[in-house]
Order: sequence, then C-alpha cells, then structure tokens
Amino acid sequence: MSTPHRRPFRFHIIVFLAPATIVYTLFMIWPLADTLRLSFFDADSAGVRSFVGTENYETLFGDERWSSQFWNAFVNNFIFFAIHMAVQNPIGIMLAALLSMPALRLRNTYRTMLFMPTLLSVVIVGFIWQLILSPIWGVSSSILDAIGLGSWFAPWLGLESSALVTLSLISVWQYVGIPMLLIYAALLAIPDELIDAAHVDGTSGWNIFWKIKLPLILPTIGVISILTFVGNFNAFDLIYAVKGALAGPNFSTDILGTFLYRTFFGQQLQLGDRYMGATVATMMFLIILTGVCLYLFVIQRRMQRYEL
Amino acid sequence: MLKQSIQRGLLVAGASAIALGLSAGTASAQDVTLTIESWRNDDLGIWRDTIIPAFEAQHPNINIEFAPTAPTEYNAALNARLEGGTAGDLITCRPFDAALALYDLGHLAQLNDLEGLNSFSDVAKSAWQTDDGSATFCMPMASVIHGFIYNADAFNELGIEAPETEEEFFAILDVIAEDGGYIPLVMGTADQWESATMGYQNIGPNYWAGEDGRLGLIAGDHAMTDSQFVEPFATLARWSDYLAPGYEAQSYPDSQNLFTLGRGAIYPSGSWEISLFNSQADFEMGAFRPPVQNAGDTCYINDHTDIALGMNAATEHPDEARVFLEWVGSPEFAELYSNSLPGFFSLSNHAISLEDPLAQEFISWREQCEETIRSGHQILSRGTPNLWNEMWGVSANVINGTMTPEEAATQLQDGLASWYEPQQ
Amino acid sequence: MNKARRNLPTLFAAHGILLAYTLLSVFPVILIVINSLKSRRAIFGDPLGLPVGEGVFDLVGYQTVLQNADFLGYFANSLIVTLGALFFVLVAGSMAAFALAEYRFRMNTLMALYLALGIMIPIRLGTIGILELVVNLGLINTLWALILVYTAQGLPLTIFILSEFMRTVSKELKDAARVDGLSEYRIFFQLALPLVRPAVATVAVFTMIPIWNDLWFPLILAPGEETKTITLGAQQFIGQFETNWNAILAALTLAIVPVLVLYAIFSRQLVRGITSGAVKG
Repeated sequence: MSTPHRRPFRFHIIVFLAPATIVYTLFMIWPLADTLRLSFFDADSAGVRSFVGTENYETLFGDERWSSQFWNAFVNNFIFFAIHMAVQNPIGIMLAALLSMPALRLRNTYRTMLFMPTLLSVVIVGFIWQLILSPIWGVSSSILDAIGLGSWFAPWLGLESSALVTLSLISVWQYVGIPMLLIYAALLAIPDELIDAAHVDGTSGWNIFWKIKLPLILPTIGVISILTFVGNFNAFDLIYAVKGALAGPNFSTDILGTFLYRTFFGQQLQLGDRYMGATVATMMFLIILTGVCLYLFVIQRRMQRYEL
Repeated sequence: MLKQSIQRGLLVAGASAIALGLSAGTASAQDVTLTIESWRNDDLGIWRDTIIPAFEAQHPNINIEFAPTAPTEYNAALNARLEGGTAGDLITCRPFDAALALYDLGHLAQLNDLEGLNSFSDVAKSAWQTDDGSATFCMPMASVIHGFIYNADAFNELGIEAPETEEEFFAILDVIAEDGGYIPLVMGTADQWESATMGYQNIGPNYWAGEDGRLGLIAGDHAMTDSQFVEPFATLARWSDYLAPGYEAQSYPDSQNLFTLGRGAIYPSGSWEISLFNSQADFEMGAFRPPVQNAGDTCYINDHTDIALGMNAATEHPDEARVFLEWVGSPEFAELYSNSLPGFFSLSNHAISLEDPLAQEFISWREQCEETIRSGHQILSRGTPNLWNEMWGVSANVINGTMTPEEAATQLQDGLASWYEPQQ
Repeated sequence: MNKARRNLPTLFAAHGILLAYTLLSVFPVILIVINSLKSRRAIFGDPLGLPVGEGVFDLVGYQTVLQNADFLGYFANSLIVTLGALFFVLVAGSMAAFALAEYRFRMNTLMALYLALGIMIPIRLGTIGILELVVNLGLINTLWALILVYTAQGLPLTIFILSEFMRTVSKELKDAARVDGLSEYRIFFQLALPLVRPAVATVAVFTMIPIWNDLWFPLILAPGEETKTITLGAQQFIGQFETNWNAILAALTLAIVPVLVLYAIFSRQLVRGITSGAVKG
C-alpha cells in the first residue's frame, strides 16, 4: 500500500480526479440514477407517473409470475458465471503461462490469433456459431463424423438441457483473450532475477509456476475474477443475438440481462415497462454491488501485494 | 470532426441554394424532409426505388426518407427516440395494443379527419383505433394471409396434390417422409415465433371458428382450455415427426434457405414470404390454405392486419405528413405497394390488380373462407404476462415435446386470467 | 543453452496446446471468409470446401454489399469514435487511477467505489437520460455524442484495473523523485505512467472492443447515414438481407478485416509496451 502523506490540502488530487469524475457523473451516473429512481414509481396508460413506494419490489418477489422468472434468470446467470470461472479463467491462465515461456517462438503470432475472437462483435460471434452448430448447415456434424463421433451430434443450441451451457462456452470462446492478456502482462512484469534465482536453486519449472509466479499474479487473478463476475451478471448481448429477447427454449437461457431487457424495453406486442425494468435493474445492481464490495473490502484487503 | 461537419453543412447549404435557385418558380415554401420509422428493413429498396420517387414526383417540395430499424430493435429504439424527441415524422404502426399504447402516451397524433381513411373498412381500421372506435391514429397499409407454400415440382415428382382436409394433409406428409428426398415440413422452433405464427395461428382458426373463437375469448365466453383451443396444439404436436432433424435449433433464416434451396416440400407460412421466395427459389411454388377437419367444412383464414402508418405527434411538419398519409390511403399507393411487395395486401377498398400468381392464390381465399385475425393481438396482449409472447413459448414447447397440449393451454389460460377480468 | 535443451519436451507440448487452441480460435473466422467467396448453393452443399471451381467461387455477396452500403464511410466513423473515446478514457482514467492508488485521503475508498459503480450496471439503462442530455447539448447525430458516452462507459473499468497496477509501482522510486523535487504531475506522467505501460496497453485493447462493437448507442444517438458506425451498418445489412448469406458473409468479412488490421497495428505497440515495461520493472 502507498504511504500516507499528511499535508494540508493537495490540489493535485482534484486535478487528477476531476476529468474522469465529471464525464463519468454526467454521462453515466446521473442518467442511471434517474432510471433506478423509477423503480419506486409506476404510471398509468397516459404516462402519468405516481410514487408507489416499494410496490414494484413486492410484485417482483411476491408475484409468482415475476419471482419465478427472476429466480430462473438468477440461477441461469450463476451457471453462466460458474462456467466462465471454471473454463475461461483456467484456460486463460494456462495460455498466458505457455505464452510467457522464455524460449517460445512465434509467441506474438499465437497471441494475436488467440485474441482474435475477443475482437469480434457478438453479432458476428452469434452468427458464426449458430452456423457452425446448426444441424442444417452440417459443419459440426461433419467434423464429428470425420473423427468418428457423428452420433454425438445434437442440436445443442435448441435443447433445453444444453442451450445454456453451449452459449456459456461460446462466450468463453470469445472472451478467453481477456484473462489471457491480463495474466500475460502480469507474468511479464515478474523480474527475471527472481526466476533465475529459483533456477539456480534447482527448482523445477512446474514448481516455479506454482510457488513463485502464481502467488505474484494472484492479485491479477482477483481482478479477473471480479471482472468476470461483473461482466457475467451484466451479460446480455450474446444470448439476445442468438436466442432473442425470449431467451428460449422455454427461458432456459434467460439470464438477468435478457430478463431486464425484455422487461424494460418490451418486445413486439409486449410494451416495455420501465418501472418494473428499473426494479429488476436495481436488483441486478445490488447483486453486483454485493460481489464487488466483498472483493474490495474483504479479499483485496487481505491479498498480499508485492511491489515489483 | 467538427470541421468536417461544418464543411458538410456548408456544402449542403450551397447545394440547396443552387437547387432553390433552379426551382425558384415551383417551390414556394422551403423543402421539407419527412423521416419514416419502420421495422421493415427488408423493404428499404422498394421504398427507395419505387414508392418514394412516385410520391416525390407529385410533391417536389416534400422529401421522404425511409429509415428502418431491425425488427428486434424497433420497439426499444423507437420508444427511446420518441421519449428523447428525436423520432421520425411518420411512424410505422404495429397493430392493436402496441400502437394504441403509443397513442395513449401522446406519441401518435389522431388522424380522424383524413379523407383517405374513408376507403378502409371498419375491420381494417379497428387495428389502429381506440377501443370505442372514437379515434383512429394510423393509416392502414396492409394485411398478410397465413397458409402453406409448397414446392410444386416436388409435389409433381411425388404425384401428390395440395390437401383439402387435415387427414389428406398428414397423408401427403407421410408420402413425402416415405420418399425421403425432401424434408416434409420446413419449420424450426429455435426462434419460437414461427411456432405460434405459422403454426398455432395458421391452423387454429379452423378449430375455433375464426372470429367466433377470437371474440369469445375477449368477451370471456371461451377459455384457452376449451377443446377448440387445445386441439390445434395437439395437431401441432404431430408436426414434429415431419420436421428436419435438429429442428429445435433451426432458425427462421435456416428454414427460408432450406425451402428456397429446394430441400423441403411444404413451408408453413404466410403471404409475407412471397417476394423473397420469388427471388430465391428456382422451382415452381404453389400455396394451399390451412386444411379443414372434414371436406366441405367452412374454412377460416388468418388475414392479419399487420402494418399501418401514423404521425408522430411531435413532428414539426404535420401538414406535410398529412399530405403523405393521404397519399398512403390513395389507390395509387395501394397498387404500388401490393405489387412491389406481393403478399402484403392493401387493406383499402380500392380495386387492385395483382400480378403475382402466388399472391393471387392467397388473396383468392378471401372469397372462399371466413376471415379472422391472430387471436392474441387485440386486447389480450395488454397485460402481463403477455398472451402473444406466451403463445410463442408454449407453441414451441408443444412441438419440441416438452409440454403437452393441455399444459400449454392451461398456462395460457392461467396467465390470461391473472390480469384479464372477463376471464377471471 | 542447457536450460533450453532441458525444456525441449515441454516446449513441444506448449506448441501443441497453443496450436490446437489457435485453430479453435481462428477456424470460425476462416469459415466465414471462405464461404463469403462462394455461391449460395455451395455454402449449403459443402460449407467446409474451398471457394474454387465452377459454380462454387462467386463474388456476388461482395457485389451486393458494395452496392448497398458505404462500408468505407462506416469504417471511418467507427475509427474516429473508437480512437477519440480511447484517448479520453486512457488519459482521464489513468490520472484518476493514480490518484486513488497513490494518495491516502478521506473518502478514498468511497471515491474508488463511486468510480466503480459504473461497471455494475449496464449503461444502456440510462439511455433515456443520456439521449435527453445529448439532445440538450445539441450533439444528436454527431460522433461527439458517441465519444462522450463511450468515454464515460470505459472509465470505470479502466480506473478499476489501472489502480490495481498503479499500486505495484515502487514506493522508493516515487519517494526518491519527491526528494529530487519533482511535482506530483511529473511523477505521474514521467514515472508512474511509463511503468504501468503494459497495463495501459492491455486496458486500451479491451476498452476498444466494446466501443467498436457497440450497436445500441449508434442506433439511438447517431443513426444517420453520415454518422453510422460499421457495426450498426453491418447489423442493419444483416437485417435487410437476412437470408442472403452470400451478402451477409461478405459483410461480416468486411466488418472483421478492419478490426484485425487495427489490432495488428495496436498489437505491435502492445508488445512494445509490455516488454519495455517488463524490462524497467
């Protein structure tokens, strides 16, 4: 941690913080607060607004139709997150570790190619994977046939049992580049002397990774975990692009983001309900806030940080 | 960037000054540009090349710009723009409750005094009126008719004919399945809406006797759990045997491509597919209406009021917008629109000659059958849960086999009863 | 030398894994590019085949795209918006991150939390408020509207990540600089910022991605033909030619290629940033 400087007034702190704070407050916080405020209001068909206290929250959790949708989306979202933590981040760490091997050639080529999916828009990613997994187009079924696993093929994106997992894995495919790059940057920042000293001591490569490098990049892994958490509980685009606002089949791919979008903006004949939408948004916000606070006040404070 | 836009501004100003100078004699007032909001981005070319030039030729001082948004984003984007005051002057209206809500919120202007409205029947106008019929807020444009399109070459090859009754329908499906050369029915459940629109609402009116069933639901005399509303689900469930393998993940464009590439025999659909299919399929196509139970039964078709045009209440050019809306109600527009978009049938009373044979086939059913509209659209999709949305989900579930017809009906009925008084 | 030889099997395995994963990463993109060069029938008949031969190779998709959309103009708009927002995000963001990491002051944690609020809630929900603000400022249908919104959107994450990295800058170095009489501003610009350059480069890359790929705000704030971004252009194109897969695949290819070129350019900077940071560290 940094040293406390006790001085009367430090004008430069304001200079450092002001530009970011102003733009951020004006273009983000204020409009968002204006929206969240709506969760305590409702309107009649002519758009006349009235204060209703916590009525919207009572509807969300008290009315079986709303609450079952909310909890369904919450559970699905948790699965979505769990798959990212279990698949995306370990793969990201592994790839970064391989890329940072000192004698590796072609490292930049690999890194560029591995990062490619992250650069694509979800519109493109959704379209590509729908095509590849499509039973009509036959790309994945013929690939599976070629390696003798043709009977494994199923219309994964269309089945209630597998659609969510498939979409999670597509998302992992797209975003694995982010943990990879962050960890890679952290690994490169580790001074060579430290590693050389370990080599001299006869420590094996495997042990160097587990005993020296991993503890050093632990704060970065922390950042990645919390970013994954926040990103996943805010996610929406991919599922919307592939499955639409109704997140089929039978809402099996509905996560909080799609539930929110459907409620807030409506869809075809269903009118958007900004007031219930704001209520759902506030709940999402509270869920994420809880996670981030847990990280900021509990995990980050206890984490040992090494100055390099 | 600023500099760029200033430059661009100067350029535009210069250009229009020249244009004004040239046309000083004709254009008395300043030129006005009207923007049309629409979800029909497929129609961009038709508006740009056919419809707009025809209008502008008669009204040189009014420019029209057609600015569509993708259907999935349309409602959200339009609402945001209406709230923010940046929406276009003319707004394409979805039927019934969606447009009504915009009117109630004061976003759509009342159009009662437009003369063009006189050339539309009350039924046509009902989709864009207040419940008591006192105010009309959109100029009706077109309806679409549900039915089945088939690959006529495949039918000839297999020696089968378009079916009249449900029994014949399944009999020819069996023949096609037996042969194995074609996918009998081309539809997927991945996007859900086809299951409700091309499935349930397509075959349903023959079961619930069209308007009788639809109005009965609104009045509370019928329930979704009555047999005439459950049976079409049971029939729908039988479809799954004839769909392509993996239909659970088959999307709407997948289906369109499968059919137009000649890999399928029957495409449950509606007349809105005609222009695309004409341009993509290289085989003969035919159409047949939803099969009836017994030969000779009265047939019912879904002739759905689908699209209309209204005026943004906040437009700066209400007079010019009205001029355009009057033109939309004219015989000229009806003729242009119906023929450049075969399958979208003008709702007006003007006599129109249709050139496209498939479109003629569809519209000929108006003479033979009773007409109705989609049962979930009027009034019943006003509350939460939204009946039409729910219909998407349960229809797909029934075909996927994850829900029985009875369960589907019960879910719809429970949802409706939870907020709609006549059903409680 | 000795070490390298000992690592030979490990290296071999590393290449194997990396190669396999690289294949998984690029295969879908290659599939798009290959099929964009084929006729519609061939796309369906043999999606894995190469675009060669009579009746297979077909440029009709590209013809459709180029006739119907001004992709070059869209690309220029995307570039201006992305680079503009990126510049403001990185300058303002790293300054704020430095302040949060470096100084102990009252409300520090509170300020950090305030600046992190933005990553917890989708900015899209504030659309109406943002639109009203943009209309009031007279910025509707300008690229400035997008730049400002994306700056606000990118800041929280940038500050969040960079303040983590700013904390690893050596205290001794900074204190030594202070003893030498350097101002806090110079400590930031000349000492701290260069040291966290790898992190800045990394953050730059993934601030850039959501901006480049965003569909929503262009639709609301700048849908005009002159201000349309490439993502919006491509998406509307997909909507309009939903079943015309030649055209869609061609449009997708045209939308992917500039990003890859852009990344390839940035990537070189990124490597330089990462390695130079490592050397100094």
